[in-house]
Amino acid sequence: MENLIALLVAAPLLGAAVLLCGGRRLDRSGHWIGTLLAVASFAVGVLLFADMLGKDAEHRALHQSLFSWIPVEGFQADVAFQLDQLSMTFVLLITGVGSLIHVYSIGYMEHDERRRRFFGYLNLFLAAMLLLVIADNYLLLYVGWEGVGLASYLLIGFWQHKPSAATAAKKAFLVNRVGDMGLSIAIMLMFTTFGTFAFGPVLESTGETSEGMLTAIGLLLLLAACGKSAQVPLQSWLGDAMEGPTPVSALIHAATMVTAGVYLITRSGAIFNAAPDAQLAVVIVGAVTLLFGAIVGCAKDDIKKALAGSTMSQIGYMILAAGLGPIGYAFAIMHLVTHGFFKAGLFLGAGSVMHGMNDEVDMRKYGGLRKYMPVTFVTFGLGYLAIIGFPGLSGFWSKDKIIEAAFAYDDGIRGWIFGGVALLGAGITAFYMTRVMIMTFFGEKRWQPDESGNEPHPHESPKSMTIPMIVLAFGSVFAGGLFSLNESFVKWLEPVTQFEHPHPVISVPAITASTVVVLLLGAALAYVMYGRKPVPVTAPRGSLLTRAARRDLLQDDLNHVVLVRGGEHLTRSLVYVDHTMVDGVVNGTAAGFGGLSGRMRKMQNGFARSYAVSMFGGTAILIAATLLMRAV
Amino acid sequence: MSPVNYLYLAALLFAIGSTGVLIRRNAIVVFMCIELMLNACNLALVTFSRMHGNLDGQIIAFFTMVVAAAEVVVGLAIIVSLFRSRHSASVDDASLMKL
Repeated sequence: MENLIALLVAAPLLGAAVLLCGGRRLDRSGHWIGTLLAVASFAVGVLLFADMLGKDAEHRALHQSLFSWIPVEGFQADVAFQLDQLSMTFVLLITGVGSLIHVYSIGYMEHDERRRRFFGYLNLFLAAMLLLVIADNYLLLYVGWEGVGLASYLLIGFWQHKPSAATAAKKAFLVNRVGDMGLSIAIMLMFTTFGTFAFGPVLESTGETSEGMLTAIGLLLLLAACGKSAQVPLQSWLGDAMEGPTPVSALIHAATMVTAGVYLITRSGAIFNAAPDAQLAVVIVGAVTLLFGAIVGCAKDDIKKALAGSTMSQIGYMILAAGLGPIGYAFAIMHLVTHGFFKAGLFLGAGSVMHGMNDEVDMRKYGGLRKYMPVTFVTFGLGYLAIIGFPGLSGFWSKDKIIEAAFAYDDGIRGWIFGGVALLGAGITAFYMTRVMIMTFFGEKRWQPDESGNEPHPHESPKSMTIPMIVLAFGSVFAGGLFSLNESFVKWLEPVTQFEHPHPVISVPAITASTVVVLLLGAALAYVMYGRKPVPVTAPRGSLLTRAARRDLLQDDLNHVVLVRGGEHLTRSLVYVDHTMVDGVVNGTAAGFGGLSGRMRKMQNGFARSYAVSMFGGTAILIAATLLMRAV
Repeated sequence: MSPVNYLYLAALLFAIGSTGVLIRRNAIVVFMCIELMLNACNLALVTFSRMHGNLDGQIIAFFTMVVAAAEVVVGLAIIVSLFRSRHSASVDDASLMKL
């Protein structure tokens, strides 16, 4: 069975190679090849999953060694795969949601003449992401990590004729690079500390390593996770990444790639468990980001950017849970999976709305769309109920557990702080998602003809787009409940991530009740603000906080002041030093020799008698010197 | 008569010769002044030979005369061709390599 693991990566990789090298002759069939290979990878995943279920919990991990990548004395890097319960969860999520989004893209990208290339990039992404989650060592994980960064760059900038898309792609790539530096330094530290990159030896020998070193590695891994998962302070790229086609936003920037940071932290759990300071940093980053993303999501009028803020916030929840240690890992992954369903569904719904509205993204120009797009409305609505944590739906089961675990951080004030932040985040989530829902599907129609007189004619999307949305809606409704039945998901992950029952500072029913109350409050507030009176087509000026949140809470301005201005000043001072000091020495030497030779040239005047004087004078001086020396 | 007087004479002649080389423009006169300096050296050499009682100085003086004769041949030829090309025997007129 373990020989099949490589097929998971090989199938989409083959697809990427064929589609990107195949040229125009594949234009008519390319999307089918890409989709088929994604589905093939999913089928292999399901096969392996069925096989895994047949074994007992302790012996489920599979291992496949493909070849020795860099065999050097004292440095061993292998291409080897490890498929345990954690990897399996990701494999099913990636290939499952990935296949659905391939199907969706067939319809969504129908009128794009570069559709074949789009599917090639999507397959490349799948291959890299699968490599990331099934690698059995950090070096191979890094290959996948960079691979998804590349695919993300290519897909954000897919419409590179738009300057905004090209800039967004560059921004995403550069910000990710900062995080990647963290990962590469962490891997180097691991090698010097443990002498190997493989998960097994590294994670088993954390007990013999100093806590300082583990904290350093943990913080660097956190930096990597911040970059890839758009967490504060490296979050600025995610909003702009919405310039990419909507299926890309759904697959890469909501369901899979941005969760790679959560995977990294959960996978490296042993390191974080032994480094409480690094864990505290993880929890703080998660808590800050979950509020940050939620606040940004409240102010955006662009439907995709509002959802991007929401993604940031939900991943903040996962990071927060992953920082809690064994009480949180399983819930982080559970929320990751349920989030994969409902957020991909929400993005696909947003894409469907845009598809029917001439690619309009401003929610203030939607309104009343439920009559025109019933399927989109129902699936989006189910996703909405799931993300706000409506009791019984997926988000409720996973998010509620994270809030409980956050309250159980410790017995003192920190438990209250982190639990309170998670609870507050749930309220804000309900507020901004209700706002999105009301502005898009309820109220009066607000769209108008554009400059050329084309009025949008909202219509339901083709079957290839609605079927994936329906499937994801089913996931959004039932996945959470299914996972929570007998704690099946926690038990499934327990051999990999360990598990301890959280003991919150207040009782569990009280937390659940207050979560429900808070989300109802948030939704009610949004209804009062946006449902009771008509939504203005042009955005009102808004309060100071609203205006700041529209500008992503000034994150770009901060980056501009600190990094761009700082960089400019640094460059200018370096140029000044170069011009005055370095060039000064060089030019000064040259000028000195030039002036000297100019004077000396005058001696060479061609008059025989002046040469004679020099000879005479020189000889006289020589003789005088000789005599003087002798006299002394 | 003390041989030192001959040395004074040699120094005097050398000084006259070198001054002539430095201040006169006519190539022939400069040339004659060079001969004067050479002969002043010869006189000094012969005087030293006499003072020290060996013949080395006198022999060197003969060598100098041979060299001076050869030099006269080459030098006069140069001066003649210089005069032919520039219609002047002034050394200052010949300050450039080209015409």
